Amino acid sequence: MRRTVRPVVPAAASAANDLLDVHVRRHVVDARLAVPLAGGGVTVLFGPSGAGKTTILRCIAGLDRTEGGHITMAGTNWDDGAGSSVPARHRRVGYLFQDHALFPHLGVEANVAFGLHRVGASERNERVRAALAAVGAAECTGRTVDELSGGEAQRVALARALVTEPRLLLLDEPLSALDAPTRARLRTDLRRMLELSGIPALIVTHDRSEALVLADRVVVLIDGTVRQVGSPEEVFDRPADPDVARIVGIETATPGVVSHVDDDLIQVDVGTRQLTALTLEQPVEPHNVGDQVLVCVRAQDVAIELPGAAGGGRSPRNQLPAEITSITTDGALVRVELDAGFALTAYITRPALAELELDVGSRVVASVKSPAVHLITRRRAE
Amino acid sequence: MDWQSIGVSLRLALATTAILIVIAVPLAAWLTFTRRRWTVLLEAVVALPLVLPPTVLGYYVLVTLGTRSPLGRWWQETTGGTLAFTFTGLLVASVLYSLPFAVQPLLAAFAGVDRRLLEASEVLGRGRAGTLLRVVLPLSRAGLATACVLTFAHTVGEFGVVLMVGGNIPGETRTVSISVYDSVQAFDYASAGRTSAVLLVFSLVVLTLTYALQRRGGRQRMWA
Repeated sequence: MRRTVRPVVPAAASAANDLLDVHVRRHVVDARLAVPLAGGGVTVLFGPSGAGKTTILRCIAGLDRTEGGHITMAGTNWDDGAGSSVPARHRRVGYLFQDHALFPHLGVEANVAFGLHRVGASERNERVRAALAAVGAAECTGRTVDELSGGEAQRVALARALVTEPRLLLLDEPLSALDAPTRARLRTDLRRMLELSGIPALIVTHDRSEALVLADRVVVLIDGTVRQVGSPEEVFDRPADPDVARIVGIETATPGVVSHVDDDLIQVDVGTRQLTALTLEQPVEPHNVGDQVLVCVRAQDVAIELPGAAGGGRSPRNQLPAEITSITTDGALVRVELDAGFALTAYITRPALAELELDVGSRVVASVKSPAVHLITRRRAE
Repeated sequence: MDWQSIGVSLRLALATTAILIVIAVPLAAWLTFTRRRWTVLLEAVVALPLVLPPTVLGYYVLVTLGTRSPLGRWWQETTGGTLAFTFTGLLVASVLYSLPFAVQPLLAAFAGVDRRLLEASEVLGRGRAGTLLRVVLPLSRAGLATACVLTFAHTVGEFGVVLMVGGNIPGETRTVSISVYDSVQAFDYASAGRTSAVLLVFSLVVLTLTYALQRRGGRQRMWA
């Protein structure tokens, strides 16, 4: 079955010249998507492993061919799906491989300079130095590839991709080869570095936190087809179909700003409301007042109580007055959408729904334990 | 001792090695990185000297280079000399005879280079030649060294092809192996023994040095 998905593109970028227009057909993949090019921005291609994400990335880079379909970059035909294609070396894309693919026989600077073979020596050295500094890898200068940690290797690989000033950056699971603490730190850094570069980027990942932190737009790919396109909040809050819901997990993901930090207890402003999060695991980088975060709450962690019934003070809880906006049955559970100053999703059982006599428009109190409030840093306070 | 024949052998081995590396590197690269239906056939042709008796190979080379063949005639018209029973003719035969010894180690080494590095090079704007020179060859140093040593050693040691194509002209086509054979035929065991000893010691020293370099070079194995 072919699905036609209308690519979500800002109106200003809808001219073909500001667009990477992709229709990849190869093996099980049959996916259409559009990547806006104007003004940078990060598109995340999100989906489970085996969905065909890397295949799409490789076709865009020119490392694989589409078998019927097309890749059109700003009006230029890169691959017409019928055997005629622009070679990868002429496409001027930056590609970040999953395992970095640094050249083991070259030092750090020579690796970064590899794509600058048409540039004079003095300019080349200057650009290599600047690129390493821009990705926070200036201290890696003079080392061999063997002497780099996983995180450093990833930064050097990113510098190598950025230094040629590509028209488009393609990143294949950029953080998956790293250990968890390094991954969390580099995630936020990567977002900032991509913003600074101003180069449009397409990132492949199966990691929800990565998609949430890095994306301006999320394209959900399942079984080779595009199922949903939208902002991270849209996709993670309002999955288009049950498959997408299963993959994103039912979560509320809403932007907030850290307003108060007291040891493990973090207060976050979400719109006009305040939420308290308790970080049981020591975060890699402590949260600071002013940090922009995504506040994530899983639907099964939201309890619904009637106003006045809530007993206070038992455990650090968030009590949020809310109004029910919709009720849908989903198997044995009932999915309740709430307006608590921001959109919040809760799962309750059918007997609970009957007992509480809930209906659309009912005023309730949504209760969330503070350890269930999960914060993902999007941008650190300067 | 037959120093003259040792000189001929060394000249022949050095020239053969130099020519073969120039031929074998692009050939091996093409065989490794291109997937066409008839690369299999070419691979078989390259490996042919491994199984063919030297006399058979020598026979065909002699017929091809002789003045009755188009190639031999063209050579005679162009240069005024013949190819058969000359150093140049011997060189042509040696290049053919040692081809698999140069190509096989390179094939193994090239196949061991991570494809992702080739893709990284391509995405960074390098063409095939640039990728071969900047990525594939530096990562195949051990294979390159093996190809040189094996080609050199194999050329020094060849006998049948030399006898068929070169004959036994002192200072021109009389190599060490021919010289030893000649001495034994003439019951001059003392001379045969001295020449053989020189060749034995020389071969042992070259191989030992090569293995030592390989070990210091680390990870890549000589017979990868």
